[in-house]
Amino acid sequence: MNLLEVERLSIRYGNELVVDELSFAVGKGESVGLVGESGSGKSQTALAILGLTPREAVVSGSIRFSGADLRRLSEVQLNGLRARHIGIVFQDPSQALNPYLRVGRQLREIVVRHGLGSGTEADERVVEMLAKVGLPDPGRQFTAYPHELSGGMRQRVMLASALIAQPELLIADEPTTALDVTVQAQILELLEEIRDNTALLLITHDLGIVAGRCERMLVLGSGRLVDSGATTALFAAPGHPHTSALLATAPRIDKGEAPESVTGKLVFGVEAATVNYEAQGRKALQAVTDISLSLRAGETLAVVGESGSGKSSLVRAMLGLVPMAGGKVVYAGETLGARVEQRARAQRRDLQLVFQDPIAALDPQMRVHALVGEGLLVHEPQLTAAERLERVSETLGRVGLDAEYLDRFPHELSGGQAQRVAIARALVLRPRVLVCDEAVAALDGSVREQVLALLRQVQDETGLSIIFISHDLAVVQSVSHRVLVMYLGRLFELADNRALFSAPRHPYTRALIDAVPVPDPLVPPRTAPLRGEVPSPLDPPSGCVFHPRCPYATHICAREVPATRDIDGTRVACHRAEELDL
Amino acid sequence: MSLFSNRTVRVSGGIIFAIATVALLGPWLSPNDYLSTNFDRLLSPPTLDGARFFGTDDLGRDLFVRTMLGIRVTLVVAIVASLVSLVIGVAYGAVAGFVGGRIDAAMMRAVDTLYALPFIFFVILLMVAFERNFLLIFIAIGAVNWLDMARIVRGQTLSLREREFVEAARVMGVSPARIVFRHIAPNLLGIVVVYVTLTIPQAILVESFLSFLGLGVQEPQTSLGTLVDAGVSQMEGSTWTLLIPGGLLALILMSFNFLGDGLRDVFDARQET
Repeated sequence: MNLLEVERLSIRYGNELVVDELSFAVGKGESVGLVGESGSGKSQTALAILGLTPREAVVSGSIRFSGADLRRLSEVQLNGLRARHIGIVFQDPSQALNPYLRVGRQLREIVVRHGLGSGTEADERVVEMLAKVGLPDPGRQFTAYPHELSGGMRQRVMLASALIAQPELLIADEPTTALDVTVQAQILELLEEIRDNTALLLITHDLGIVAGRCERMLVLGSGRLVDSGATTALFAAPGHPHTSALLATAPRIDKGEAPESVTGKLVFGVEAATVNYEAQGRKALQAVTDISLSLRAGETLAVVGESGSGKSSLVRAMLGLVPMAGGKVVYAGETLGARVEQRARAQRRDLQLVFQDPIAALDPQMRVHALVGEGLLVHEPQLTAAERLERVSETLGRVGLDAEYLDRFPHELSGGQAQRVAIARALVLRPRVLVCDEAVAALDGSVREQVLALLRQVQDETGLSIIFISHDLAVVQSVSHRVLVMYLGRLFELADNRALFSAPRHPYTRALIDAVPVPDPLVPPRTAPLRGEVPSPLDPPSGCVFHPRCPYATHICAREVPATRDIDGTRVACHRAEELDL
Repeated sequence: MSLFSNRTVRVSGGIIFAIATVALLGPWLSPNDYLSTNFDRLLSPPTLDGARFFGTDDLGRDLFVRTMLGIRVTLVVAIVASLVSLVIGVAYGAVAGFVGGRIDAAMMRAVDTLYALPFIFFVILLMVAFERNFLLIFIAIGAVNWLDMARIVRGQTLSLREREFVEAARVMGVSPARIVFRHIAPNLLGIVVVYVTLTIPQAILVESFLSFLGLGVQEPQTSLGTLVDAGVSQMEGSTWTLLIPGGLLALILMSFNFLGDGLRDVFDARQET
C-alpha cells in the first residue's frame, strides 16, 4: 500500500480552479518531486494534504494517508497527524518560526505535544536533533531566538522541527528558494542525509533540484498533472510537451554556451568605488569596497555573488541612487555627478534600470501608457500626446504587449507582463546602458527565456550595454560576455564568461559554480562546496574576507588582504590564484 | 472601483448624506424659523402639528429647525477644521518625509513639542483671549489636529520614497516636484482620506465639548453641542430637548467612524492586489 494516495483532488477559489482532478501516490520512503511554474497549484496541493487550505477554498477528491482519509478527519485528529506523521518545511524559515519563542521550546513543543518525551528527556531529544541538522553548539542554540540565527541555520531548525517526530512523510515546499546557492547545496545534502525512511514530497520550480534529489517526479501545469514517472526516464524522454518546455528552459551550467566576447569601446564604468551605509550610533557598514570596472558598448557584464555581496549597492551607486564614499563614475569619457539629480538630463536618459520585482517598480496608481510615457515627458517634451502614445505603443509592441495593455494598472498584469512594461519604460528612452537588477529572478523559466531573448535582440539591434545582476549562475553563463564575482563588497574575480566558467581563478567562483544544481539526473549532485554562510558585513573577517569558508585558505589568508591583479586577462583577488588549479 | 461595494461605506456614507441633506433643506422647507419665540408653546413635545417634529425649547422656538441648523454648524466646523488639518498636516508631513535628514528631524521635534501642549487649555485660552467667533474654532481645532496627520503622512512618505517605483522615476530623470505630486501624493491618498474621515468626528466632539462649556457657538446661533447643553437643563420633564440633539450627535459620530473603518478596508484591499 502506498503511504500517500491523492485521488482526483480539485481545489477551487470562487470560479478559479487552481488544482484540477489531481491524482498521484507517494510510496513509503520514496522521494517524489512536484514541479511546475508559479500558479501551477503545487503549494495548494501541499496545503490540501495538510488540511491547511484557507476557508474560502473548495476542496474535493480524496487524500489517503496510511489508509485513513485525511479529508474526513476532524481538525483535532489532523493536529495529531501533522508534525507527528507528516512533517512540513516551508520556503521562508523566518516566517515559519515564532520570533518570540526560543528555538528549543518550539521544537520541544512538538516532542511533548505528541507524547514522545517530557522533561529533560524531551530537551535531550531536541538537542540531539539540533546536532543532527548541523547546528554548531546545539546546547547553546537550544536557548537562541530565531532572529539570532542566520537564514540557513533557521532552515536547519525548520528541518529539525519537521523531522524530530520521525514522521513517515516530509513535505518540503520550495525549502531552499529563499537561500543562497551555497547554502541551498548544504540544506539539500542535509535533507538527504537525515531523512532515513521518511518519504519526501519535494515541491520546487527548480528542475536541477529534482534531478539530483528525487527518484520520481510529477509535473504540474495549470493545476493538472501533465506528466509523471521516474526522474531519469522523464528527463530522457518527456511524456508531455509541457515537460519538454520546462526542460528546455532550465539552463545547464555544465553545458552552457557562452556568448562571444565583444570588443566595442568603453562606455560606462566606475573607478575605486566604495559605498558605506551609516547608521546612527553604529559602526558604518561597508557595502562596496574599492571596485573598478568598465563596460563596453554592446557588452553584457554580469555581477554575481551571494546576498550581502554588495551587487545592488554597486550598481545603485553607479546610477547615482546611493552616495559613494569614494571613487568616481565615468560615462562616455566624462565623470558623472555623484547623485542622479546632479547629472545632465542626457546622461540620465542614457542610463536606465530594471528591478527584480516589477510590481513594486511600477507606480500602482498609474496606467501602463502613463508609466511607459513618463520618461518621454521629461526627455522629449516636444512630443504631442499622440506622438508620445505612438512611441509608447511601438515600444510595448517590441516587448510583446499589444494595445490592449495600454490602459491597465500594474496589479492587472502578470509578473512577466509587468516586467515587460518595466523594460519598455526603460527602452522607450533608447538608453545606452541598461542595468538589470535580478530582473529575471522572479520569473518562470519560459517567461525568463522570452525576456532574455528580448534583451539580446535589443542589444544586437542597438548596441545596448547591459549590467546584469543575478544570483543564478546558470542564467549568467548563457547571457553575459564578462562576469564580476563579488563577496562582501569586494571584487574576487572579473573575467570573460568562458574563462570564468571553464577555468575559474578564485576558489569562491569555483564554489559558486559547483553549488548550482544541474538539471540532469545522470549528473550526480556534487557535495556542497562550502560550509557556513556569508559573514556579516558589519564585522568582516580579517585578511581575505573569504578565508573562514575557503577550502584552500592558508596562514597568509587570515592576515593579509590579497592584492587584486591580472592573470591572463582575468582580474582576481586571491593569494593563491597562481598556484591553485581549480 | 470598489468604494461603494463595501457595505460599511455604503450604509454609513448614506446616513451622513441623508442627515446632511435634511439639515440643508429642512429649515428651508419648514414653515418655522429658528429665531421666532412662541410663548403659547413653551417646551411642547414633538408633534406633526405645525411641522414641529422635534417639539420646542424653553423659549418656544422650533427645535427641528434649530437642530438642523445645529447640524449644519457642527458639520461645517468639523469639515473645515479637518480640511485645515489636512492641508497643514499633509504639506508639513510630506515635506519632512521627502526632504529627510536634519530638516525632517527639526520639523518633527517641533511637532513633538506641540503635542506636549495641553490642547483643551490652549483652546479655552484662545477663546477667552480673543473674541469668540466661528473662524477661531476652525483654526483652534484644525491647528491641533494636524499633528497626527503630519506624523502619519511623514511616515508614509518616508516609506514611499524608498519604494522602487520612486527610484525608477529618479533614474528616468523625473524632477523631484513631479515625483512628489505624481508618484508620492497619489499613493498617500488612501491613508489621508481614511484619516480625514476619522478626524471629522474628533473635531465634532471638540466643537460640541466647547459649545457645551459655553465657549463655542453662541446664541442665537446654535450647534449640536449648544443644543445638548440647553437640553441638559430641561431634561427633567422635557427629555426630547436632550435626547434628540444628543442622539443625532451620536449617530453622526458613529457614521463617520464606521465610514473611516470601511474606507480603510477598501484601501487596504487595493494595496494588496
